[in-house]
Amino acid sequence: MSALPKLAVWKLASCDGCQLTLLDCEDELLTLSGQVEIAHFLEASSAADPGPYDLSLVEGSVTTAADAERVRHIRAVSRRLVTIGACATAGGIQALRNFADVEEFRAAVYARPDYIETLATSTPVSAHVPVDFELQGCPIDRRQLIEVITAHLAGRKPGIPGHSVCFECKRRGTVCVTVAHGTPCLGPVTHAGCGAICPAYGRGCYGCFGPSSSTNLPALIPRLRTDGLDDRDVLRLLRTFNAYAPAFAEASTALDRDEGSTP
Amino acid sequence: MTHRGSRVLRVGSLSRVEGEGALHLRVHGGRVSEARLQIYEPPRFFEAFLRGRAYTEPPDITARVCGICPVAYQMSACAAVEDACGVSVGGQLAELRRLLYCGEWIESQTLHIYLLHAPDFLGCVSVIDLARTHRADVERGLRLKQTGNALMELLGGRAIHPVNVRVGGFHRAPTREELRPLYERLKRAMDDAWATVRWVSRFDFPDAACDEDFFALSEAGRYAIAAGTPTVLPGDGGPQRAFPVRDFSEHVVERQVPHSTGLQSELDGRRHLTGSLARYAINGRLLSPPARQAAREAGLGPVCRNPFRSIVVRAVEVLYAIDEAMRIIDAYERPPRPSVEVPPRAGTGHGATEAPRGLLYHRYTLDADGTVTDARLVPPTAQNQGAIEEDLRRLVQGAMDDGDPGDTELTALCERVIRNHDPCISCSTHFLELTVERV
Ligand code: SF4
Ligand code: SF4
Repeated sequence: MSALPKLAVWKLASCDGCQLTLLDCEDELLTLSGQVEIAHFLEASSAADPGPYDLSLVEGSVTTAADAERVRHIRAVSRRLVTIGACATAGGIQALRNFADVEEFRAAVYARPDYIETLATSTPVSAHVPVDFELQGCPIDRRQLIEVITAHLAGRKPGIPGHSVCFECKRRGTVCVTVAHGTPCLGPVTHAGCGAICPAYGRGCYGCFGPSSSTNLPALIPRLRTDGLDDRDVLRLLRTFNAYAPAFAEASTALDRDEGSTP
Repeated sequence: MTHRGSRVLRVGSLSRVEGEGALHLRVHGGRVSEARLQIYEPPRFFEAFLRGRAYTEPPDITARVCGICPVAYQMSACAAVEDACGVSVGGQLAELRRLLYCGEWIESQTLHIYLLHAPDFLGCVSVIDLARTHRADVERGLRLKQTGNALMELLGGRAIHPVNVRVGGFHRAPTREELRPLYERLKRAMDDAWATVRWVSRFDFPDAACDEDFFALSEAGRYAIAAGTPTVLPGDGGPQRAFPVRDFSEHVVERQVPHSTGLQSELDGRRHLTGSLARYAINGRLLSPPARQAAREAGLGPVCRNPFRSIVVRAVEVLYAIDEAMRIIDAYERPPRPSVEVPPRAGTGHGATEAPRGLLYHRYTLDADGTVTDARLVPPTAQNQGAIEEDLRRLVQGAMDDGDPGDTELTALCERVIRNHDPCISCSTHFLELTVERV
């Protein structure tokens, strides 16, 4: 009988990208499979172990009553619960409904909206159950994922620094796109992890990793205006993949009050 | 064998498919009266919240419909927005798009072949399980997949939700020197691609044939990937026909019906199938010489209608995508600018490209300042649902006629049938969560 720790991977409302990140760890996948027992991972395996599990990775946000129920079950059968990605950690892109009228959304997409079951909001897992660790990113970064899994296996705290994308630009030696080209960039307020990809490809960061641990949006917004964005553009930028993350939501709601328009 | 008059088979959670779904089968006196693929992926309302966004945003936003084929969403979105603005992107920029798309084909089709589909043929529950008995094969698959990822990472910045794509082209175009190492890597991957075709072609394939109309893009002179004209190859042997992308909604009609789990989609009033089998039947003669040879060696005729053999067609497409990526890199000259100017204007634009899973259509209506006022996305799985259900009905009926199998066997069969079609349930931009009355 194997005495390996049991890993489970779960999915709520999401695009599958974060769990695919695990399958994209090609070099580590077979090694990992010798260190943990992948006990529940529907995308990858038709074997299903009823649990309990040592570590559960949860992708996706809570958008239905059934999923709210499921997340409580997952918590109950998991020793540790880690959310992976913007959906599970901040409600994801589907949280755009939180700033709009979901009835109207339903009617816009479906001819028979009455057949559609959904909650009025898309919320992070932590709004429903206690969470042991939240890994940000849309999608998450594969190196960070491996770090989180190995840290949990070793019983230590994952080494995921809370600083901003700017630090990663410096480390990578990328010339600041804002300073050099006046390109609007959310890098100063966005959580590190991606390795500062966008500036390296000549575009401003659009915040897919969500807010860093200490953001100062009131200081950044005037700079974004100088770099050519109007308030509606800033609002859209904040309301994308991490719209419901508190730091982004507060800043966008303040802007929305001034601007009076909703993207 | 016991014959029960009536029974309902429920597969609670489908595994090794992308996204989540369930199956509902109803059998009455030895006849399969209903086979229903239930999608319980919650609705995510992309089409609703795309309204009010800037015309530059759909490529990044719609990528998040699906982490398994983000490039397909980005490419169809770009094509539709550019169409609305009256701009066409050609030359090296179009070639670079095709190159990025090749990366996704290699990565995504290999994922399907090795991680999701092959375990079915070899009696394993997962790729990890498979690695215990077929370690070298699995390692080859992971290597191949990594090559696709490497291509996407270099050109797109990362493999899942690439950041480098924009309306008009790219944020940054690579230099010839940057692409060179990739060429060498692809060249080595060719051996793995050949080995994959040979490996899967020796699997044991049940006899089966689907009779749906095949639906794929076709392009003059090459296997359609990032552009083309919607083309129909009727299942009844009728003549092939095509129509402009802008007429898509007149031909492919989605209807929402009660007691069904997804939008029912019909092409000119009939069930249709999009994806590898359709692409190969419509475009097979345009494959590169090595890919054609691989298809021949694998025993594929000009048309393959056995859904179980779709894994062979996918393997041939992986080989083609590698060959094609090498061709593009070899002929690449860095364009003077990474993107063309796309000034906004009021209008409606249409875009269709070939996602690994099949034809993906986007339509956007823009204001004069480029604000999106209406959006519509029609993913391949939504189109294929009717065909998958018909396949289930037919194959389960066949199994019942040969002697009533037990529920466990039946469940395994159904899961295989569904995985043949590689349904990407995450792309359920408008699948339904439905409460159904069950017996
Ligand atoms: S966070 Fe982004 S990549 Fe991850 S599941 Fe959600 S939409 Fe997909
Ligand atoms: S948007 Fe920001 S966080 Fe996301 S990949 Fe780009 S630079 Fe990184």
